[in-house]
Amino acid sequence: MKKYRILCMALALVMGLAVLAGCGPQATQSTTIKIGGIGPLTGGAATYGTSVANAAKLAVEEINALGGLQFELNFQDDEHDAEKSVNAYNTLKDWGMQVLCGTVTTTPGVAVSAEAYADRIFTLTPSASSPKVVEGKDNIFQLCFTDPNQGIASAQYIAEASLGTKIAVIYNNADAYSTGIYEKFASEAKDKNFTIVNVTTFTDDTATDFNVQLSEARNAGADLIFLPIYYQPASLILTQADAMGYKPKFFGVDGMDGILTMENFNTELAEGVMLLTPFAPDAGDEKTVAFVNKYKERFGETPNQFAADGYDVIYAIYEAGKKAGIKGDMSAKDICDKLIKVFTSSDFSVDGLTGENMTWSTSGEVSKAPKGMVIENGVYVGMQSGK
Amino acid sequence: MKNFLKLKKTTRKNLVTYAMVILAFLAVWLLSAGGSISSAFRGQLVPICVYIVMAISLNLTVGILGELSLGHAGFMSLGAFTGVIVSISLQGSVSSDPLRLTIAMILGAVIAGIAGLVVGVPALRLRGDYLAIVTLAFGEIIKNIINTLYVGIGPNGFRISMVNAESLNLGENGTVIMNGPMGAVGIPKLATFTSGFILIMITLFIVLNLQNSRSGRAIMAVRDNRIAAESVGISVTRYKLMAFIISAALAGAAGALYALNFSTVVARKFDFNTSILILVFVVLGGMGNIRGSIIAATVLTVLPELLRAFNNYRMLLYAVILILVMLVSNNEQLKNMMKKFTGFFKIKRPPDLRGGTARE
Amino acid sequence: MSFLSYLISGISLGSIYAIIALGYTMVYGIAKMLNFAHGDVIMVGGYMSFMATSYMGWSPVASVFLAMAVCTLLGIIIERLAYKPLRNATSLAVLITAIGVSYFLQNIALLIWSSNPKSFTSIVSFDSLRLFDGQLIISSVTLVTIAACIVIVCGLTAIVRYSKIGKAMRAVSEDKEAAQLMGIDINQTISVTFAIGSGLAAVAGVLLCSAYPLLMPTVGAMPGIKAFTAAVFGGIGSIPGAMLGGILLGVIEILGKAYISTELSDAIVFSVLIIVLLVRPTGLLGKKISEKV
Repeated sequence: MKKYRILCMALALVMGLAVLAGCGPQATQSTTIKIGGIGPLTGGAATYGTSVANAAKLAVEEINALGGLQFELNFQDDEHDAEKSVNAYNTLKDWGMQVLCGTVTTTPGVAVSAEAYADRIFTLTPSASSPKVVEGKDNIFQLCFTDPNQGIASAQYIAEASLGTKIAVIYNNADAYSTGIYEKFASEAKDKNFTIVNVTTFTDDTATDFNVQLSEARNAGADLIFLPIYYQPASLILTQADAMGYKPKFFGVDGMDGILTMENFNTELAEGVMLLTPFAPDAGDEKTVAFVNKYKERFGETPNQFAADGYDVIYAIYEAGKKAGIKGDMSAKDICDKLIKVFTSSDFSVDGLTGENMTWSTSGEVSKAPKGMVIENGVYVGMQSGK
Repeated sequence: MKNFLKLKKTTRKNLVTYAMVILAFLAVWLLSAGGSISSAFRGQLVPICVYIVMAISLNLTVGILGELSLGHAGFMSLGAFTGVIVSISLQGSVSSDPLRLTIAMILGAVIAGIAGLVVGVPALRLRGDYLAIVTLAFGEIIKNIINTLYVGIGPNGFRISMVNAESLNLGENGTVIMNGPMGAVGIPKLATFTSGFILIMITLFIVLNLQNSRSGRAIMAVRDNRIAAESVGISVTRYKLMAFIISAALAGAAGALYALNFSTVVARKFDFNTSILILVFVVLGGMGNIRGSIIAATVLTVLPELLRAFNNYRMLLYAVILILVMLVSNNEQLKNMMKKFTGFFKIKRPPDLRGGTARE
Repeated sequence: MSFLSYLISGISLGSIYAIIALGYTMVYGIAKMLNFAHGDVIMVGGYMSFMATSYMGWSPVASVFLAMAVCTLLGIIIERLAYKPLRNATSLAVLITAIGVSYFLQNIALLIWSSNPKSFTSIVSFDSLRLFDGQLIISSVTLVTIAACIVIVCGLTAIVRYSKIGKAMRAVSEDKEAAQLMGIDINQTISVTFAIGSGLAAVAGVLLCSAYPLLMPTVGAMPGIKAFTAAVFGGIGSIPGAMLGGILLGVIEILGKAYISTELSDAIVFSVLIIVLLVRPTGLLGKKISEKV
């Protein structure tokens, strides 16, 4: 019985707090725009959310220092889970969010974008890359390539540059991102100058031993292995292929970015790995250099493409906001309508870390050119198409 | 009041439980109508209902039947995906949302119940941790299979494939309902707080009545002493299966409600961690204690959200609170210390009531 | 030849499961509790060895000892603070506390070492073994893992069978009250068991990260669950059972991937597990429980 009373008290407290939270001050009248952010900060996918959150914070600080349009950022954890993500979204709504930067991952993104669509809150996701996130929702935009586009681009790249004739694929069949890219890659590959000779998969639960997948690829005579996966399992695949003495070409997508900056990783293993990525931390342009230095100084780590995406999202909102003339005292709905108009207008483009001249279609997908990169001596080098 | 106290102790206790749920529902409903609850809390209402039903149903297996199950989320998963398929398939033919939700939940419960039978028949022969590991394995198998399952509906009819969405061959305007690891997307949001409340009431009705029925006593006899129960002619397998299947079916209905509250659902959601989370509700609320399950499920679902103010330390704090609560509620010395502290809030009860509860 | 190579990968993966499973099985045998935080102690062991070699420049062998020392200490502290107060509570209450500890360790690791994955440098640096003109390559980590597994199982068996504390462990596992009457300090025996189990977790962590060089705060979670499964598979509470269960689980996982389907490898492993348990309800080497009426 004792336990009851403790639990009852806890329940009463919880209910009380929940009610109180509702009575809190609603959107305060100020000139700052309240930007909400959602992504995984804990759990297995925490690294992606943390990168976006850090970079977004950096961008907001820079923008506020300029003195024009002022932003306030509130980034909430969703543990890479749809339910928690909707909770985070509602928390941000109570806070008075006017624009949403999120979500970082796809599955939560589908759930949250449906809510944001119903509530008319303008949303620009840094890295939720499934077309399902934006499909049929006029106020949801993506900053990253969609998964099918990456699949198509990879197939075209491999074909045009004649990188290989017999291709093997290893992908994560428990992951929406990986499967989305693979499926489009496979259908695009049908009328190309190469054949897919072997396809194997793994799941997050079995992402340790890749000997079977690599042996099958080798037995099938593959000269190139396509890896539409993130860099963590990719690093294991490279290590194990090296231990087996198997040296095919490897071709990755944007999830592969981060492999060179993984702490303590032997970059020799990644020598010759090719990838399509919108962002290269060692690119020489002024913008990237400044961003990478600032990020390193502030957070002690080299930013990856997730960080670059997060940074670009804030700047894209800033550019569009300036153009649309949004103010902090406008309602989220008004801001949403204004931003949609700017984002879909033909003369709006953003030059960011992840692409020059990024423009958006009415469907919400971004159009920018992927950069083909190859790793040479531990750094990215631009890949020459048609070599 | 006098009449109330004359009632049988268990009846009285059950009525209090029902009253508690109804009052909570009315309170939240009124506050919600008055617009004085936060969006964050409103968004959690359906998940809270779902977790309450999950906790009560698992309590039937763990607390009342006395068998440890580590795969309860597997049944939830089956119910969730059945519910999604049913509700999308019926979109054209059944126009009433509540009716579609009801059909989805019933079919979710039926499928999960059948799975309960399939798992239960062989697994309930095992004891203790061996049964636990079979349920864990079942949950993982379900997760793995649903991850490779593609289901769609179109002019060519209802199609299932394990290769990819294209091989479904749905024809013009077909809808892919389940898309492998991408899960189901574009789910109509049919779940409401009221439907969640009704499901809790139905669950309570089923479980409390079962607990106090002849079958319920047989189930608890099996839990307390299987051999003794068998020797007085109780069919152990039958009663074990009965409890297990009801538990699975309720989890299936809860799963359908859960899926129809979000526009997307993936198999990965219903993993080992979710099973464990529900087990935490049950153990914290007290084995066999239905009211405890309800309260624990509510508190532990809302708690991580209330801890959002602590940013990065949120989940760390959650872990610490969980450990402390387990220590305080299970350690004699700490319990006594808490008693002194909470004695202040103690409600004076009529002597017969206190005598009645102390014996539990 | 590819079969042999798959078999060896399976045994290698299985040996790691086996070492983790030993920790589960020892604690279960004596304290009758499922220590779900065991997988996260593995993770701590991995990070300790990583810090010692990468930041402090220690030799790999020294780093293993550091990891063992830290994990043993951690095991003792966890036991003292979180499990000991619950000695008289139900085993499920302790299970939930263990889950709390698991969340705690994962989240504190996230705060200390950040969520960015780290690449682990293998502690084994000699060349891999090449057989049949290089057709069959057995990596050095595999050799060390298998050897370590055998040594640990022999060592543990010897301790349990011949040492004084081992006798105490067996007595406590057989009958707590009778053991107490015979003058055995139950609390101390349980604490020692935890210490040994956690020390083993450190070894498992280092070997796991050497074989699959990726270090994240969640790295121990899945191997932990698989090893728990392995321990039950082999018959929980039995030391040779944990080894057999672990190795078989690894082999089934790899061969299932190779010859049936990579998509369904988890479903295959767990189906085999269910079938085996139905035939042998107390695991492969588990004691048959006879019930007293």
